[in-house]
Amino acid sequence: MRMLINVPETVVADGLRGLAAAHPDLTVDVENRVIVRRDAPVAGQVALVSGGGSGHEPLHGGFVGPGMLSAACPGEVFTSPVPDQMARAAAAVDSGAGVLFIVKNYTGDVLNFDMAAELAEDEGVQVAKVLVNDDVAVTDSLYTAGRRGTGATLFVEKIAGAAAAEGQPLERVESIGRQVNENSRSFGVALSACTTPAKGSPTFELPDGELELGIGIHGEPGRERRPMMTSGEIADFAVNAIVEDMPPRNPVLALVNGMGATPLLELYGFNAEVQRALRERGVAVARTLVGNYVTSLDMAGASVTLCQADEELLRLWDAPVKTPALRWGM
Amino acid sequence: MLDADFFHRWMTATAASVEREAERLTALDSAIGDADHGINLQRGFRAVKAALEKEAPDTPGAVLVLSGRQLISTVGGASGPLYGTLLRRTGKALGTAAKVSEAELAEALRAGVDAVMALGGAAPGDKTMVDALVPAVDTLGDGFAAARAAAEEGAVATIPLQARKGRASYLGERSIGHQDPGAASSALLVACLEEAAAAAEG
Repeated sequence: MRMLINVPETVVADGLRGLAAAHPDLTVDVENRVIVRRDAPVAGQVALVSGGGSGHEPLHGGFVGPGMLSAACPGEVFTSPVPDQMARAAAAVDSGAGVLFIVKNYTGDVLNFDMAAELAEDEGVQVAKVLVNDDVAVTDSLYTAGRRGTGATLFVEKIAGAAAAEGQPLERVESIGRQVNENSRSFGVALSACTTPAKGSPTFELPDGELELGIGIHGEPGRERRPMMTSGEIADFAVNAIVEDMPPRNPVLALVNGMGATPLLELYGFNAEVQRALRERGVAVARTLVGNYVTSLDMAGASVTLCQADEELLRLWDAPVKTPALRWGM
Repeated sequence: MLDADFFHRWMTATAASVEREAERLTALDSAIGDADHGINLQRGFRAVKAALEKEAPDTPGAVLVLSGRQLISTVGGASGPLYGTLLRRTGKALGTAAKVSEAELAEALRAGVDAVMALGGAAPGDKTMVDALVPAVDTLGDGFAAARAAAEEGAVATIPLQARKGRASYLGERSIGHQDPGAASSALLVACLEEAAAAAEG
């Protein structure tokens, strides 16, 4: 293992200290692991709080700022944060207009955010919740924990964040968040496993010349392994999986997301194939984002997320945002 | 009768057991999860140990409620809320009695396991901690050694199952053939009841 770290135990805290040093617009409580936009609470605005395991950077801390999240709670690597963190974050950002928790559908995140909501409500904070579950690689049935929340988290955080910035009430911000989630689907592939600092070796073995289809963002293996495919074949596979699940009726927002160890040259090339695959299936793309946004440490690979966007969602997507990792219009 | 010291020893023995077995738990988790179960529980039970040293509650129920609260505040993931709820609800069911019988512990632990099943939505056979805990509670009336054996058997019996809950469920059929790490750690917790009792006799 060669990593740019001191010791595994301080990886999360060290990262937070560096985030704070680079972004004076954020207040970073390293000890309690809460990242808050410096001007919070913003009077009259619903606050957005999200969080999850560390190792997915820039998710979520990189999305804290005007037009997106009010606060983020990073847990240990790939481990959801604890309720105390989330309740603390909610108390720090609530202006009285209420707090929306944005929760990725993983058992740990769901349970801890539910407990946090109880704690926050005990303190008089009004809490609503949007559950993100966009991953078509998982069968949503009684026999699984349900679809995972992956790339659509970025769409939900950005669009609900824009609605909150406009001063829309909690119920409305929540329903827009839910709408974005319902309109979004993702599919991911891994070309290599990732290595967590604590374990120090890859989380699964992937022989040369093979790839994992339908991976999550925690180094968990996918549902299927196949001989290596070309970028175009992978794009067709991912787009097929998504479109079969949700035939898009509107123009879509497209996110071509790197898992952490795939260079932008490859991601842009992959995006060209994703755009071709969409065009061939008659899907119109309104906006595209390419880059490392919802990562899995040093995993090589990519995910594709599409969101059907009507005029209102497009307008909210285009609204100004100013965070470490996503910034436009201001 | 079991007093607060017994429950204190139970938690301390579990902390030591988790320290010893952390690598094995993490290895089990790396097969079907994300390779941190041992480390996460270690962090939690270290906090439990530290909190008990600092505060030393004087009733069985209070020892377990305090321990559960520590786990919820430090572990994260699914294990934090689930183990935290198990201990808190068991402790609450024990009430404020200074001493409890083994039968009362069995009854309280059943309430704790029921709370875990309600919170996580898991039933026996879903390849979770419940598969070790339910058999343990069912046999606790026959003594700690019987409960230990039942929990260990239950944990091993998760190997051929397909996971239906938690992160392992995303693997579908590929989760078959691996022991559930949560069932394995639950077996450790149950085994430490016997250790705590043995320490009293010794």
